[in-house]
Amino acid sequence: MRITQGTFSYLPDLTDDEIAAQIQYAVDQGWAIAVEFTDDPHPRNFLWEMWGLPMFGIADAAAGMHEVRACRDSYPEHYIRVNAYDASLGRQTTALSFIVNRPAEEPGFRLDRQEGSDRRIRYSLQAYAAQRPGGMRYGRNENHNGAGHAGPASG
Amino acid sequence: MSATAGPAGNGFAMPRPGAGRAQGDGSPREPAGDSEGSPPEPLSPGETVELGEEQQAQRLSVMLDEFDREFVGLAPVKARVREIAALLLIDRLRQRYGLTSSRPSLHMCFTGSPGTGKTTVAMHMGEMLRELGYLRKGQLVSVTRDDLVGQYVGHTAPKTKEVLKRAMGGVLLIDEAYYLYRPENERDYGQEAIEILLQFMEAHREDLVVILAGYADRMDVFFRSNPGMASRVAHHIDFPDFSLDELMQIAGLMLDREQYQLTGPARSAFAEYVGLRMTQPRFANARSIRNAIDRMRLRQARRLVAAGGTIGRDSLIEISETDVRASRVFGDQSPGATGQPSAAESHQSRQPL
Repeated sequence: MRITQGTFSYLPDLTDDEIAAQIQYAVDQGWAIAVEFTDDPHPRNFLWEMWGLPMFGIADAAAGMHEVRACRDSYPEHYIRVNAYDASLGRQTTALSFIVNRPAEEPGFRLDRQEGSDRRIRYSLQAYAAQRPGGMRYGRNENHNGAGHAGPASG
Repeated sequence: MSATAGPAGNGFAMPRPGAGRAQGDGSPREPAGDSEGSPPEPLSPGETVELGEEQQAQRLSVMLDEFDREFVGLAPVKARVREIAALLLIDRLRQRYGLTSSRPSLHMCFTGSPGTGKTTVAMHMGEMLRELGYLRKGQLVSVTRDDLVGQYVGHTAPKTKEVLKRAMGGVLLIDEAYYLYRPENERDYGQEAIEILLQFMEAHREDLVVILAGYADRMDVFFRSNPGMASRVAHHIDFPDFSLDELMQIAGLMLDREQYQLTGPARSAFAEYVGLRMTQPRFANARSIRNAIDRMRLRQARRLVAAGGTIGRDSLIEISETDVRASRVFGDQSPGATGQPSAAESHQSRQPL
């Protein structure tokens, strides 16, 4: 199941040129570029790990692309996104955020229903990938030992 | 600015808040954006191109002429700049014929005494390379050792990388680059900065032009101890010291810009002053001239205030001989100084003062 988070996530994956053009737009607006990554696909997980510090004061998208590529090299099977932070007074928030890298296989989510009193039902989302410890959730290596299922070994 | 955003933006023209600012930025330079953004139409092998027209289309000749006019002297620098400009122009044409044209490496080394215009030329270099389509932004990031080298283990790499990222798309000028390398301290973090620099210079040749600046002899030592750096810097440009004539021309340009004027006697006194100052230690070419002008302005202001009374526009503009002669430079040899003005006057007649 394809994770859709942030801008452009319903479009086909952006090519590097398109990513560079988006970063350039953000830089031209005076926004600071930050690269973040995670392997926890839950939609409410908005605090991703930072790849280096946000880049204030860059003039060209090449600098942002350099970090995106470096992050991809280190975490090819993670979600990686680019955030553009607008520091101007009155806004001071993320102005643009889009995913630039995703794992080859995204196993998706399981929906848990919990019966409560008075026929109430609580729902919760479990990402199949998140059943394994962080750092070994995606990618070919994990498929060898886990054979698709997380199994009891994850503890 | 519109150059890189342009082609991608064509498909998705969406009205959005804040777009007005971006457009206001881009529209005045529309012709430049066009020539960079849209790929030039390919040519068939039989076609010919008028070189002059091509130069005009890129405003190349205008730019080079401006460069020639704005900088006094510096013949070797101007020659090299013209060579680079010609190479980039020819490369573009080759591209249009479908010939291979690898991106030339444009990392440079500027050597020369202080005040010979290394930084100023570097700044123009960025703009010029942008106009030629070699760089996307052409901004100048000027740094010294302090900006690149950290203070403790693990501090240097992020610091250097951040500076490099800020310079991407433009020119990174490293002033007094030889301070990066301190042979007497083998644990110096400068070496680490140099390694990262080398790596970036190689991997991001199309994003970044690195210019190293410094005194010639010490740069030689620096390159000898860092052969990797020497081989990656393709252009070594030496900035010659200015002659008296050129210095006076520079002074004329500076005074024009500040809207001051030297009176006739003041002019010859100033020529004399420059001649004396050149022989003294710590002479920093154009920078010394600038400082001298600043001090003359101080003395002029003091004189005017001390005199009191009514004051007109002319007296605000004029710098008199006494303002020049009050300099300490004349203090050493006041008696012999009067013989020179006639020779200096002949220089003066040519100057655009």
